[in-house]
Amino acid sequence: MELFLTEIANGLFLGAFFALVAVGYSMVYGILRLINFAHGDFFMVAAFVSYTILGAVAVGHAHMVWFTVIWVGLLVMFLTGLLAVLANRLIYHPMRRAALLSLMIAALGLSQVLENGVLNIPSWGSAFLTYPVTSPATGFTIGPTHFTWFQLIIVVISGLLSLGVYLLVSRTLLGKAMRAVSEDRVAAALMGINVDLVIAVVFFIGGALAGAAAVMTGVYYGQINYLMGWTVGLEAFTAAVLGGIGNIGGAVLGGVVLGIAQSVGTGLFGAEWALVVTFVVLVLLLWLRPTGILGERVARRM
Amino acid sequence: MAALLETHDLSLRFGGVNALSEVSLSIEENSLHAIIGPNGAGKTSLFNCLTGYYKPTSGTVSFQGKDITRMSAAGVASLGIRRTFQNIRVFPKMTVLENVLAGAHLRASANLLAIMVGTPGFRRSERDLHEYAMTSLEFVGLGEQATKFAGDLPYGMRKRMELARALIADPKLVLLDEPAAGVSSVEREELTRVISRIHDNGISVALIEHDVELVMGIATDVTVLDNGRIIASGRPYDVRNNPDVIRAYMGRSRK
Amino acid sequence: MVLAALVPHMTGNQYYLSVAYQAEVLICLAIGLNLVVGYCGLLDLGFAAFFAIGAYTTGILSVDRHWTILATILPGVAIAVVCAVIIGLPTLRLRSDYLAVVTLGFGLIIQTIASNLTQTGGPTGIYGIPVLTVGRIVIQSATSFYYLFLILLVLFVFISLRVRNSRIGRAWLCIREDEDAAQAMGIKIHRYKMYAYMGGAVMGSVAGALYAPALTAISPPSFGFSESLLILMAVAIGGMGSVWGAILGGGIVVILPEAFRQFAQARLLIFGAVLIIIMMTRPRGLFPEGAFRGTATRLRERFNDRSPPRPLVAPPEAAVRDASSEGP
Repeated sequence: MELFLTEIANGLFLGAFFALVAVGYSMVYGILRLINFAHGDFFMVAAFVSYTILGAVAVGHAHMVWFTVIWVGLLVMFLTGLLAVLANRLIYHPMRRAALLSLMIAALGLSQVLENGVLNIPSWGSAFLTYPVTSPATGFTIGPTHFTWFQLIIVVISGLLSLGVYLLVSRTLLGKAMRAVSEDRVAAALMGINVDLVIAVVFFIGGALAGAAAVMTGVYYGQINYLMGWTVGLEAFTAAVLGGIGNIGGAVLGGVVLGIAQSVGTGLFGAEWALVVTFVVLVLLLWLRPTGILGERVARRM
Repeated sequence: MAALLETHDLSLRFGGVNALSEVSLSIEENSLHAIIGPNGAGKTSLFNCLTGYYKPTSGTVSFQGKDITRMSAAGVASLGIRRTFQNIRVFPKMTVLENVLAGAHLRASANLLAIMVGTPGFRRSERDLHEYAMTSLEFVGLGEQATKFAGDLPYGMRKRMELARALIADPKLVLLDEPAAGVSSVEREELTRVISRIHDNGISVALIEHDVELVMGIATDVTVLDNGRIIASGRPYDVRNNPDVIRAYMGRSRK
Repeated sequence: MVLAALVPHMTGNQYYLSVAYQAEVLICLAIGLNLVVGYCGLLDLGFAAFFAIGAYTTGILSVDRHWTILATILPGVAIAVVCAVIIGLPTLRLRSDYLAVVTLGFGLIIQTIASNLTQTGGPTGIYGIPVLTVGRIVIQSATSFYYLFLILLVLFVFISLRVRNSRIGRAWLCIREDEDAAQAMGIKIHRYKMYAYMGGAVMGSVAGALYAPALTAISPPSFGFSESLLILMAVAIGGMGSVWGAILGGGIVVILPEAFRQFAQARLLIFGAVLIIIMMTRPRGLFPEGAFRGTATRLRERFNDRSPPRPLVAPPEAAVRDASSEGP
């Protein structure tokens, strides 16, 4: 029982990462109907970039390190956002009139480029690299399970970021513009909304969130690898679908649910089956509730 | 005359909007029934309910006495009801001929073995279909365009192609959603002639149109929708002079 | 249809021939995937799973149960089709994007199962697959496999074209182009999507069943996402919706890495870049459907008799008289 609770707790934290990446995935899908297969790889690149920056910068005492991690984290968020915007500008934007199928294949291509690009950079390569900063094990205990402060921080940061995005989309003018563009791009343009800018912003936010998740993942798990983006991307998309695609709250919920499912699944069946668990969950859900737990927010034109 | 397609108290609600409210109309056999009304009156929504794309919130739709309210779009099509779309939906990467052949889907041979082997029966069926398709195309004046890609055709031709695609199915009833919208006056006259010819051939026609003159010229029955409700129905002349109808088009007067 | 038959020129060089038949296998797979992705527009990212099912069924049955290779083909196909139905039934009902993720997952699941079950030989796979014999012909050398897969390729092309020019193929195209309008034609889209997916499953598993004896040993790494991606690239680069495109794409995809042998590590990187560039410049591939279509039809028109349409029982019969009297 104790083990089970620990697994659930672990799942929650895992889910926090999924949620952040899932929100970005979901938003891009919501606005473009595009499954950006490269999104997970933005996450991965962010992890590596932060690894390099921290490796160069984070030498010092414990309390100094945390300050460094924060500003490096913010920097990486910004850079990852830029990467996403760049990907859009160079690839998706010029292809905006092409069939979705072609766009998705291009995304797959980008994913391969990023993964193998990282693979081929000499200081990175295919090995599992140890992250320069790791989270301290200090924590507190509730009942039979032990939590660390860092785990709490992860949940809080994820929650705040997700909440921030949610408020942005639902309360601000920019958010309204985003919703308009996702419903009817042409009409939005006719209303004077700068569609390209809105799309760029969405990519930026998605990228930034992935960047945040990347830094936290690095610190929490201590290891990064060039293939981490691919699995996370898959899981994040599954999470987004689970919760209802296009729906931010859904992406978060989906992330958490999936994290728990994976954690429990790994405990029951072993790590190799974790992804399988993911997909079985997904297929079951699609069978029973095709629009996801919270319902999807993608407009359908007739 | 027998009623071909009937609705009874058809209502359609989207969130807070009542797209259709208690619409009861009847399309008679061999009629050319026009459905007119200001923008947003619910005309296309009505068509979508009739053809299985929308499921109404309440009310029924029946075809030749059979309830088809909950039937799928493909099911409705198999009954012999064909439609065109307001924002013409052609298959752009298929040739014009193939587009029309697609309309004949239900008449084509579906025997996988025959297809793979290429039995004489299959070949004959395909040949016949090709001829029917060419006939349909020539009927709407597009015989020359058969090998062009539908996506490359100008707007007016695509509209006509949509018609040919509907006709090849040997339908009992065609529902045309604004067939003359956005075309030149010459095209409009031609389209009107084609629609009349379709009607003359014994096919019942239901027609959504904004061009009231066009409608009055060829329709046998007219129904007027406004805000999801029927405000008038009957012979063209009666409807035209109905004060409610005039008010709906001209705007609300102070009461 | 004009069939460009490839005349196999023998170089006698076994290495080239083995590359050649690998290419043929890939082309066969691409033709199968073309049914799903090219004709019907369903993004399938786990096609290698069917390939794996065919290969592993053959492997298990021939090694453990001592079946002849030929006898193992049918069970492999059957399993593949059953899987296609299980996956397809809930998923094809939904938007095509979800299918992409589910098929991806399916591919992973099959690969995971193959890696982790003792019956499938675990991570090392199955080895010692017996020799394929058809009647008295023993197929063992690279040369004979070259011919075997060539025959399979031709068969697949033939079936593909036949189906394409029938109501099934047209229905698929309609679904791909515009699902709503397709329904208005009376096309039961869910059913036809299933047909496409099942068709792909059949082709993939047959290719797999015959590939097992060619390799004599199969292992999980050959059936992963990279392989599915490769097949998809063949279709996407060569031309979507066209068997000829699939053939071209398959050829390119196999020849490119051979040409770039020295850049072993960066191969996939170049692949990815090529994929992006082609998608950006030619979103539907180098030779998508229609590239040859116009030519073929024009040729046919020139050589065939162009007689005026006979009066038919089809509607509108009166129209024929009207059309000829009134004109467009």
